[in-house]
Amino acid sequence: MSNEILQLEGVSRTYGEGATAVAALRNVNLAVSAGEFVAVMGPSGSGKSSLLTLSGGLDKATGGEVYVEGTPLGGLSINELARLRRRAVGYVFQDFNLVPTLTAAENVALPRELDGIPARKARRQAKDALRLVGIPELADRFMDQMSGGQQQRVAIARAIVGERRLILADEPTGALDSTTGDGILEVLRGRAEAGAAVVLVTHEARHAGWADRVVFLKDGRIVDEAAAQHDPSVLLTGSAH
Amino acid sequence: MSIRHSLLALLQGEPRYGYQLRGEFEDRTGATWPLNIGQVYTTLDRLERDGMVQKDGDDGEGHVIYSITEAGRAEVMGWFAKPVAQANPPRNELAIKLALALTIDGVDVAGVIQAQRKASMRSLQDYTRSRREAARSDDAAWLLVLDSLIFATEAELRWLDHCEGWMATHAKGAKSGADSKGLTHTNTETSVETMGAATR
Repeated sequence: MSNEILQLEGVSRTYGEGATAVAALRNVNLAVSAGEFVAVMGPSGSGKSSLLTLSGGLDKATGGEVYVEGTPLGGLSINELARLRRRAVGYVFQDFNLVPTLTAAENVALPRELDGIPARKARRQAKDALRLVGIPELADRFMDQMSGGQQQRVAIARAIVGERRLILADEPTGALDSTTGDGILEVLRGRAEAGAAVVLVTHEARHAGWADRVVFLKDGRIVDEAAAQHDPSVLLTGSAH
Repeated sequence: MSIRHSLLALLQGEPRYGYQLRGEFEDRTGATWPLNIGQVYTTLDRLERDGMVQKDGDDGEGHVIYSITEAGRAEVMGWFAKPVAQANPPRNELAIKLALALTIDGVDVAGVIQAQRKASMRSLQDYTRSRREAARSDDAAWLLVLDSLIFATEAELRWLDHCEGWMATHAKGAKSGADSKGLTHTNTETSVETMGAATR
């Protein structure tokens, strides 16, 4: 239990009421531990993005409870929730969501400064985070001076700055070519190996292949799960067929 | 896979004996297609019969050394130059299984697809992990073989998604009453999709 960074217990999310109500998630149970990389797959409308926004406290469950580092999100006030998000949760989006008028380091430092950390300390933490994602030399660049892959690394640095241990990534490689996308997955994988809990929403099987565990969603329910076998002999037997 | 041409290609580098050829082949292809030594020697015998290789005595430890002939060199260069023929599609058990499942009453096709998806995803996870390790050790030949396995498995998973989508579309097109294969959820799915887009 202590090792679980994210936990969803019987989580449901219904939009609308009465006859027009639509259930996006139905009684979902999921636990992600420190150091674990979980991918969520499923057809469009299966509830993937809802699962992520609920996990990050960007939306509230209509049933069940979401726990982040043991804290139930349901009972938190808006301010408490915002504070918990800044402290514990890092979000990575497909379109990066970076501020174009700020440098890479300033973008990464922003959530720390909003949290009341002195600017110098925040800037130092930002540089640490940029080093962890492999682009320390780009700290002073603006977004229009960077490639898509570099911008996504900045976004991941912003997601992990200050040792936030839950990284939620929604199709983070969607706008990138396949080699650059692999670089981003390598960074996410590396963060999991360094102890973060990573949840990746993707429709690309090849990207889900980087995860320790793949969760399949359908109609708002988890219908199956695939865990890596970590067994080199499967390569010899060709278990794909 | 052409063992014959693979052995010729390896002999093009330098003369070798049977066990060396097997080891070399497995090193370069990451042991994905294990060769048994009997196959190697049978193939060498046939290649010798066809004038593609010749025996060059032994290495002093009782191993018979084979070297490639001019005819063998021409053969192997021809092999590299020629695209791999897909005239007869390889027998694809999965495609056959799904095609039959779709047409036979009482088979849970969605279940067949999901079971395969799970197995293929596990393979993909393992290949991806091996690829990361290969990338660290700079093992180019093994890396390319793994890429091939990764792309093939990805294609299989995409095809499974496609099959599932096809089934859903066909269930939609059918009359609106309950469907025996349990695909009546598709209308709900569409609404959820719309909602998801609206809240994004």
